[in-house]
Amino acid sequence: MIPVLLILVPLLTGLATFFIKKESLVRYWALLSSLITLTVSVLGLTLLKEENYLQYKAEWMQTLGSSFSVKLDGMGQLLCLLNAVAYPLILLATWKSSYKRSNNFFALMLLAQAGMMGVFLAMDALLFYFFWELALVPMYFLCSQWGGEKRIAVTFKFFIYTFLGSLLMLIGILYIQSHTVNHSFDIASFYQVNISAKQQQFVFWLFFAAFAIKMPIFPFHTWQPDTYEQAPTATTMVLSGVMVKMGVFGLLRWLLPVVPIASYQWGDVVTSMAIIGMIYASLIAIQQDDLKRLVAYSSIAHIGLMCAAVFAENQSGMQGVMIQMFNHGINIIGLWIVVELIERQFGTRKISELGGLAQKAPAMAILFVIVALANIALPLTNAFPGEFLMFNGIFNSAGTKYAVLFTALAGISIILAAVYTLNMIRKVFYGETNPLTERVLDLRLNEKLALGIIVVIIFWIGIYPQLMLNITDGASASILKKADILPLIRKH
Amino acid sequence: MNALIVSALLGVIMMFSSFLLKQKSAVRMVATGGMFLLLLLNILEMNGTVLFHIDTKGMIAFDRFALLFDSIAIASTLLYLLLSARDMEKVGVNYAEYFALIFFILCGITLTSSFKSLLILFLGIEIISIPLYILTGSDKRNLKSNEASLKYFLLGSFSTGLMLMGIALIYGARGSFFISDISDIRVVTEAKPSVLLIAGMLLLLFSMAFKVSAAPFHFWTPDVYDGAPSVFTSFMATIVKAAVFIAFIRLFDEGFGGLQKNWQLLVGIITVATLFVGNITAVFQQSVKRMLAYSSIAQAGFMMLSLYAMNAASKEGLLLYTAAYSLATIGIFAVLIKMNDYTFDGFNGFARQEPLLAATTTIFLLSLAGIPLTGGFISKFYMLKATMEAGNNLWLVIFAVLMAAVSAYYYFRVIQAMYFKEGDARPAEPVSGAFRWTMLLLAVLVILIGVFPDLLLNWFYF
Repeated sequence: MIPVLLILVPLLTGLATFFIKKESLVRYWALLSSLITLTVSVLGLTLLKEENYLQYKAEWMQTLGSSFSVKLDGMGQLLCLLNAVAYPLILLATWKSSYKRSNNFFALMLLAQAGMMGVFLAMDALLFYFFWELALVPMYFLCSQWGGEKRIAVTFKFFIYTFLGSLLMLIGILYIQSHTVNHSFDIASFYQVNISAKQQQFVFWLFFAAFAIKMPIFPFHTWQPDTYEQAPTATTMVLSGVMVKMGVFGLLRWLLPVVPIASYQWGDVVTSMAIIGMIYASLIAIQQDDLKRLVAYSSIAHIGLMCAAVFAENQSGMQGVMIQMFNHGINIIGLWIVVELIERQFGTRKISELGGLAQKAPAMAILFVIVALANIALPLTNAFPGEFLMFNGIFNSAGTKYAVLFTALAGISIILAAVYTLNMIRKVFYGETNPLTERVLDLRLNEKLALGIIVVIIFWIGIYPQLMLNITDGASASILKKADILPLIRKH
Repeated sequence: MNALIVSALLGVIMMFSSFLLKQKSAVRMVATGGMFLLLLLNILEMNGTVLFHIDTKGMIAFDRFALLFDSIAIASTLLYLLLSARDMEKVGVNYAEYFALIFFILCGITLTSSFKSLLILFLGIEIISIPLYILTGSDKRNLKSNEASLKYFLLGSFSTGLMLMGIALIYGARGSFFISDISDIRVVTEAKPSVLLIAGMLLLLFSMAFKVSAAPFHFWTPDVYDGAPSVFTSFMATIVKAAVFIAFIRLFDEGFGGLQKNWQLLVGIITVATLFVGNITAVFQQSVKRMLAYSSIAQAGFMMLSLYAMNAASKEGLLLYTAAYSLATIGIFAVLIKMNDYTFDGFNGFARQEPLLAATTTIFLLSLAGIPLTGGFISKFYMLKATMEAGNNLWLVIFAVLMAAVSAYYYFRVIQAMYFKEGDARPAEPVSGAFRWTMLLLAVLVILIGVFPDLLLNWFYF
């Protein structure tokens, strides 16, 4: 019941939002909807934990071998929770932003949420593909309609890019389905599919194209900085906080367990791509003068680390990725909130034009510094356990000969992350004020609330990560069991 | 059989209605009512109530495939009339005749969907084509319309000639017009089918490829679709094209199924060429009408996949495809007809003036581009699935998918113009409430096919 509600609540409220004509009401309605979703999600984690509440299966498109099958497992729990937590935060933080035809804006936001929920819940490949695309379409409209100056061209590139990726994935899905024993799209059949190592090779790339574009992994990342820059900030928060996790999630649920041999064989290549991307994106981030682009490139670096850890294929790396998906989502939304605030107040995002904000706006400075430190994974912040586990995983990976090299190179990007993050803090919040930043206003209540919640989550998970570890323990173990290639290699 | 007889009768009735009925609205009412009656009778026949029992010596067989497609075609035409019948008034003075011709075309469609003999196929194709030549040229004072009509007629009769020749050669080889005799078990086991048979088959393949505007036989399409009055382009590009495809697949399934290895590669090449030409050329169009003409070629390329694969999934898929494609394209054309300016810029800011029409048009465009939850996705999906199941041809699937991604480019240009560009595009004259409701119904149908394709396909089996 819980998974169905998680999809239906945002879907139905989203559709209804199109018809709410009163501007002021729309915001409250969207917030209410997102709070209900959050409640449902938390209920699924706490009170209604029994198996029968967490899954649902109905007949659908039988002639094709597909069914409406959704389930909340450990990894899904965490990502649905992220999705559910992110929305109230985003709505709260951008409470004062005004949009033309705001009913359409909030409707599309909620529809995107429904799509992403579906992606995290689907236990049927065709259903997964449906939701994968459905999350994209509202995003297209959101970015093209309410974005910046170059929005139409930039969003179009983003759309075509991801659409092409998902179409290739569709071929992969079809290919696997035609090789399953019972010609079904069910995830269990997918996990049991028996195809040769050679067949796995290209299926791997068909799937990986979609996920690599979505994450994005170097060299498929070119859409990302432009899109983050041009999209309205609330949408950017959804894109970077929740949506890119769809790519990492896809790797974990649909790639590794389905084509384990190819994942093993291409592991080094993919990890290299991810690590090149990490260093490359960090170096560009250091050079950036634009706050939005800086955060965008930093996001590429962080996602790269997750991708590398996925292909380490061990418990530590896997759990680290799952936890980090949640934490990165929370942290980056925190960063965007402050960036949006700065942009709205000064009409500029140029780091060189800012300075000395801490003197005038202490609350903003303190909260932002905490979020920024979490972004570079300082101990006691939420990102630390995640990144530590991931590094541990990459270092101890049995699947590669270059584990030490990979760890060292990935480590460099952490140092680089500290460089650009601290540099940005220094230039924006400290130093002398200039005529522009003289008249800065400190946080308003709604922003304080949103950032406050984020900081609480940061410390909570940073100090007591056990909760997250418990949730993801079983999920990562079961993925590893499916992806374990040693017996398969012996068989072939 | 119901639809065949009644559509011919209704055609005659419509011809005379222009004498008897002075009011244009009355003519329209009779036509729409007639179409509704036709649909009703066809559905009755699907449930076993056959009004006319005529011995056709086995030349026509109204099986489930044929009847289901007839229903799709008639229902699409009904929706088409509801949306666009009023716009036919502006084309010329012979209002009632246009309806009569449309009924005759439907009569031809029922023949092409149910033929068992090559003669009936020829008859059906001709009954479809000749009224179309007239409809293309119906805007008599427009030079482009005349040019289109002439072009269509000359090239069309040329391809009909090819078809006749092909039929003659096949008769020479097999001594029979029945398609079941072509796929006789003896042919399958023969090491080498006779040259006559292969030559006849190729001629039929080319002439049918011409009728569905598959590349490299597509050159007439953009000019004819562009030159013909938009209301009739809509009909031509959707229902008629779908009907010829149904005939195409029946011919190559039941007739030349045993010779698949002789034609499969050729059909594959035609498919690739059609997908390529249609999609790439559509990207460069400035007029939405011409873009839709090329898009119809591109969509034909996708439908050709069903022919290439030729298995159970491809037949189901083609039925879905015809329904999804016809409904979506009829909807887009219905809006296009109302516009003053047919260029992409002519749609700038349309969403602000007409939110509902823009939203429904967006659904149709998403369907054509193949976005999930729409009929267009599920039918494209069936095509890919069928091709995948047909064996070792992943290259074709990947190529088709790349082309589908290209198609998103030109379909989304219309969406961009409607929603994101500044402008005040609006219908040339206010549209009626009924029009809006019909558009909404059409959009609901497109989504319904996308979410529950089984609703339609169950009729095929049960």
